[in-house]
Amino acid sequence: MKYTEEHEWLNPEGELIVVGITEHAATQLGDIVFVDLPEPGTTVSKGDEIVVIESVKAASDILAPLDGEIVEVNEALADNPALVNEDPLEGGWFFKMKPANMTELDSLMTESEYMDFIG
Amino acid sequence: MALRYTPLTPLHEELGARMGPFAGWNMPIQYPAGVMAEHLACRAGAGLFDVSHMGQVLLHPLSGGVAEAATALEKLVPVDVAGLPAGRQRYAMFTTEAGGILDDLMVANRGDHLFLVLNAANAAAGIAHLGQLRGITVEPVTGRALLALQGPAAECALNALVPGVAEMRFMDAATLDSPFGALWITRSGYTGDDGYEISVPADQAVALARALLAVDGVVPVGLGARDSLRLEAGLPLHGQDITEATDPVAADLGWAIQKVRRTGGARAGGFPGAGPILAALAEGPSRRRVGLSPEGRAPMRAGTPLFAAETATAPVGEVTSGGFGPSVGAPISMGYVPADLTAPGTRLYGEVRGKRLPVTVVPLPFRPSTYKR
Repeated sequence: MKYTEEHEWLNPEGELIVVGITEHAATQLGDIVFVDLPEPGTTVSKGDEIVVIESVKAASDILAPLDGEIVEVNEALADNPALVNEDPLEGGWFFKMKPANMTELDSLMTESEYMDFIG
Repeated sequence: MALRYTPLTPLHEELGARMGPFAGWNMPIQYPAGVMAEHLACRAGAGLFDVSHMGQVLLHPLSGGVAEAATALEKLVPVDVAGLPAGRQRYAMFTTEAGGILDDLMVANRGDHLFLVLNAANAAAGIAHLGQLRGITVEPVTGRALLALQGPAAECALNALVPGVAEMRFMDAATLDSPFGALWITRSGYTGDDGYEISVPADQAVALARALLAVDGVVPVGLGARDSLRLEAGLPLHGQDITEATDPVAADLGWAIQKVRRTGGARAGGFPGAGPILAALAEGPSRRRVGLSPEGRAPMRAGTPLFAAETATAPVGEVTSGGFGPSVGAPISMGYVPADLTAPGTRLYGEVRGKRLPVTVVPLPFRPSTYKR
């Protein structure tokens, strides 16, 4: 598992990468009431705003962690956005992407580096 | 300017609140339970709020009785203050010459003087505004905290500590002796549920809060859930849903202007903006604040432009408050639309992140109120 400074986790799954947000981020955002996911098939560039998370408090953007293509989104979040709070690392995943270059993953933080990052 | 701290600050920190600045005060935004849980706990049991940031003000008549203070205050509000009996409270607003709303406030008749509660953001301006009145002295209350206890369990919880509050009706105001000193209590609040607001000596505030929180079902509630609770109740927030640019009639607050202050009434007019406000009452507003129910799950927050059709180019209105209603279980908003689009069931479109999403005009409140009238 790798981590970004935007509090996303990236979990390689074959030639795909599963992306969600960390427990730390989910806690900070508070109760999540809506997740606006991209269309599968969307080509994204690193840093694109591709997911909007609405908590009871505010809307937040999630950025594409790498260049690539969105191949699948977590449809369960449409009916149950609270999954992101309840199970951020498993059931609350956002999307699966096919990265343009899998080795870019190496530049991201490891778990221990992320733990240091959030203090 | 340095942040101000309420007497309950140490308790908030002990309870693990996430604090944040609000109107110049360091206030609890939420506790560890979170906004959703706090909101639902308040609706199911009772929520305890620190609202000490709000401005507590006494208006004393210089001579004579409370009627003198009431007559003076009527020069600034379109409300029947002179007819407010002792021991009763009423919603009021300071209006501008153009007919806008400078602030909304609560006014209680405490027998020989009036007790006002002003919004935190406008308290200093409101006190200065009151300073222009003749025949009264304006006394900003210092050394007292203000708590709100709201929800179906509020009556039982407070009555166990302060016997007698169960007999109060909605909008009654009373001074009651208690182990926490003299409490100025009104049966009111801003959640749409039954409850009380309690002015307590600052040095007793933590003890009273602890005693209330010790009651089963009473939970601390921060400003986050206070906002979702008042939104579900259809209650406007000054600075957002009502401003100097909105008049009371457009704001759907015409009910707060009693007949005696309206055209043909014994004390008609005589407040700032009487001309445009009384004209709007007679003719009907050109636009009005309405409830809005978005069709999907995406909240439509303040600032969302509203369109009459999916492809219309110019917006017809705007959302002024919006979010998620935990008790409703869906996104809810309120905003202003032209008078011909205010009928419940009218379909509009709100533009959220470039997408036109359907939204339906609905009656306010989103959830029936449970005041003990």
